[in-house]
Amino acid sequence: MFHVKHFDVVVIGGGHAGAEAAAASARMGARTALVSMQKDRIGVMSCNPAIGGLGKGHLVREVDALDGLMGLAADAAGIQFRLLNRRKGPAVQGPRTQADRKLYRLAIQALLSQQVGLEIVEGEVVDLIEGPGGKVTGVQLLDGTALTAASVVLTAGTFLNGIIHIGDQRKSGGREGDVASIRLGQRLGSLGLPRGRLKTGTPPRLDGRTIAWEGLEEQPADDDPVMLSFRNSRPAVRQVACGITHTNERTHDIVRANLGRSAMYGGHIEGVGPRYCPSIEDKVVRFADKTGHQIFLEPEGLDDHTVYPNGISTSLPAEVQFDYVRSIKGLERVNILQPGYAIEYDFFDPSALRPTLESVLSGLYFAGQINGTTGYEEAAAQGLVAGANAAAAALGLDPILFSRSESYIGVMLDDLISRGVTEPYRMFTSRAEFRLHLRADNADQRLTAKGIATGLVGADRVQFFAGKMERLSAANALLAERSCTPPELLAAGLSVSRDGARRNLLQVLAGADVTWDHILLLEPRSAEVDPETRLQVWRDALYAQYLHRQDAEANTLQRNEAITIPADLQFSGLPGLSNELSAKLQRRRPSNLAEAERIEGMTPAALLLILAHCRKSAQARTAVR
Amino acid sequence: MGDTIFALASARGKAGVAVFRISGPLAHEAVGRLCSLPAPRRAGLRLLVWQGDVLDEALVLRFDAGASFTGEASAELQVHGSLAVVKAVARVLGEMPGLRMAEAGEFTRRALENGRLDLAQVEGLADLIDAETEAQRRQAMRVLSGAIGRRAEGWRKALIRAGALVEATIDFADEDVPVDVTPEVLGLIDVLRAELQREIAGTGAAERVRDGFEVAILGAPNVGKSTLLNALAGREAAITSEIAGTTRDVIEVRMDLAGLAVTVLDTAGLRETEDRVEQIGVARAMERAQAAELRVFLLSHPGEVLMLTPQPGDIVVLGKADLHLDEPHAISGLTGRGIDALIARIADRLSEMAASAGAMTRERHRVAMLRAFEALESARSQLERPGGATELVAADLRQAMLALDLLVGRLDVENLLDEIFASFCIGK
Repeated sequence: MFHVKHFDVVVIGGGHAGAEAAAASARMGARTALVSMQKDRIGVMSCNPAIGGLGKGHLVREVDALDGLMGLAADAAGIQFRLLNRRKGPAVQGPRTQADRKLYRLAIQALLSQQVGLEIVEGEVVDLIEGPGGKVTGVQLLDGTALTAASVVLTAGTFLNGIIHIGDQRKSGGREGDVASIRLGQRLGSLGLPRGRLKTGTPPRLDGRTIAWEGLEEQPADDDPVMLSFRNSRPAVRQVACGITHTNERTHDIVRANLGRSAMYGGHIEGVGPRYCPSIEDKVVRFADKTGHQIFLEPEGLDDHTVYPNGISTSLPAEVQFDYVRSIKGLERVNILQPGYAIEYDFFDPSALRPTLESVLSGLYFAGQINGTTGYEEAAAQGLVAGANAAAAALGLDPILFSRSESYIGVMLDDLISRGVTEPYRMFTSRAEFRLHLRADNADQRLTAKGIATGLVGADRVQFFAGKMERLSAANALLAERSCTPPELLAAGLSVSRDGARRNLLQVLAGADVTWDHILLLEPRSAEVDPETRLQVWRDALYAQYLHRQDAEANTLQRNEAITIPADLQFSGLPGLSNELSAKLQRRRPSNLAEAERIEGMTPAALLLILAHCRKSAQARTAVR
Repeated sequence: MGDTIFALASARGKAGVAVFRISGPLAHEAVGRLCSLPAPRRAGLRLLVWQGDVLDEALVLRFDAGASFTGEASAELQVHGSLAVVKAVARVLGEMPGLRMAEAGEFTRRALENGRLDLAQVEGLADLIDAETEAQRRQAMRVLSGAIGRRAEGWRKALIRAGALVEATIDFADEDVPVDVTPEVLGLIDVLRAELQREIAGTGAAERVRDGFEVAILGAPNVGKSTLLNALAGREAAITSEIAGTTRDVIEVRMDLAGLAVTVLDTAGLRETEDRVEQIGVARAMERAQAAELRVFLLSHPGEVLMLTPQPGDIVVLGKADLHLDEPHAISGLTGRGIDALIARIADRLSEMAASAGAMTRERHRVAMLRAFEALESARSQLERPGGATELVAADLRQAMLALDLLVGRLDVENLLDEIFASFCIGK
């Protein structure tokens, strides 16, 4: 008899989704196991050495607001903090940092080892254990050990049927240097879940000691760094700069002359790649009239001389990579430590998932790249949702759901489920229709209370959050209470129309060119408000008027969410829907009108039709009764 | 699947031909019980026989599912338009199990539900059926053939482009995208604003083509207004008499003038009066005349000044031409002199107005365009303000897109991203 161990939740995979899932599950109080092929590879950043950015930084803040790991680890490893869109409004600012790969991995491993109720198991999962009714009840390891659990979270990343391409060479693998989970992939393949194939690329890694830095433009860290976690206020380690260089006509000639040898252009790859992360081959072909493309030279760590040249991912043969890299300014004598490669992998069609990320197999949850997303941040956010809900199901608690009007997490889940993916899904701020409300700076105000209510947030953060909210509401109350007449405002040096209307100080603060000094003149007690709270009061006040306008839209969304589509409505039988649309609807089974509305290709006429049939079947039901 | 419905598709009453329409899963079977079915989309002359009795000889048409007006299997019976035949056929169809009389608009609703028509086309069709005049018919056909869709296509492209430019500077700040997109965005917004404005202005005229123009006849009492109306209408619509002040209320006569639907208003003669009833009539005449699209002023003598001044484009003529034989442009409802020329002048003026009619004929089109216009105004002022917030411009553009959803179809972030990735090399 093989060894059997019992858990509430088993998480497969120790990437960004897996680590976050395991930690969230354990925070919820579930006995959790994290199974990884190599313990010391948990938390590895397999692509570019950076965390955060636009949309992505928002996701990290939301994970952090729910007491997740990513923001804390990024702050521990951050070596170049930059707030993107610093000169634009707070709604579209995204915190980002270059991260020291080793420090990041160690930070994640340290956070996991401190987590109560979490056990890390080294091993390869080769099979799922199925219980009565097809419910997944655990996993089988290669050494014969069985881990049973009420819920299983699968975060297999690019390891499922992964194939690495360098020129016309191809080999099986999950990430350079790691083995692909072929047996698990075959097992999952036999389950008949709908899947597709995607690809992603990486650039060659360079030896920083052989780069001629002195002639290159420098991009320094911010003087006034903004952290990824709400809990931190300053970097933990030394800050460094990135270099900037550009490709040139000679680079493009070399790439063009060798296009036929590229895995992608040579026809070796069937998967679809992301348009926002094109390879250098793609850039040269699709933007033929551009004479140069920007490259960021990003250090991978403080005591690591590897440099990640962001902007030239490729699947050309190694010797061509060598030639074109050396044609670039500053890289004339550079040594390539590891050639770039393209990787193809399987993903499961996310439109078949539930909003909890549970798959069609009861008890089995999916998170991260296997759902067709790209990026550490997207993976981490899904990991948190899947881990928390796997634990909630195991413990008999209510599912934890996220709405589009409340979080980027909700936007992502809804996009994935109601639209599926056609290219690796990445977060952008433009995906969020309530962008002015879903800001990185108020992620905790939006989500931490929910995290506390569901048990996701630990005691330390509960206290931290309560203190912050107390300061905020006191300051808001102070400013809301004090209302001023136009003459008072004019006396304080503000330009305002003499319309006789009184304005409270929150409304005053939202005006252009108004500073806290003006507020001090009008309400001396505001001197007691600390600088961080002042800033947050201003950010909240700034968009108040626009948010009010968006309420109508949010109401429509909620109204459409309230029109439920009967679970037995046969879309395929609905005359008047195109075959394509009815097949999509049949597959995705939107549970309400709002979900149906966001399905790709949906038309107003089709929506009207669905609404009419919802009404009709509601009437029929009433008539039967 | 729905029931099978039938209805008399032509107007009730005695006529040469009466048309029955039958639509639904049992449509062919029902017709098959009366006669042998012709080939799809071919007319067949058939004797309709029910339980041994010949109902009528009819032209029978059959349409298969997916190739019919409603999208369902359907058929048409063109029978003789006698009341007895129509009654008999309706009774027989009603007796067949699974068939029922259609509710008002049910055929069109099925066409909509089956995706044979979109919402705008349904509206166009409703207008076509109601069309009384040539101009109404042409306008309805324009809507039905998707003129709104074509106009909207240009707006759609402009909105996507403007939205994509703004979003690119927000979401790809770290990339090789143009930093200042303001001039191009402003240009796109201005073109859109101008077109929306023109189209909004045109909705008034379009509504008139659909609902009819009002032409008011004005003048002093007993100048021959009612006689003119009767001459125009070709029948005695208003009571005429020698007694001044005969017309006290506003009399409306609907007619077809040069292909345009026109309601001619005969009004009380304009004069100061002590008669309470006549006072009300005069006030009402002034009110209706001012709201009308066109006023015809009938003068009793050259240079007469009335209580209401003509507006630019109004028509002023001398009445009772039978008494002014020396005046070349005078008219007379009594003798018919000058009436044709007056009709031509009225028709010319109305045709000019109708020509400015846009493709958007409904109030809801106008409201949508107005909301979009306002959102674009707001985006414009934000763009022109030094230090204006890009995210607020984006929010305004989104509002404009939402407003025009109804006309241009849904625009969402995928459309913007497509445009961004096609235009700029993203991926640093």
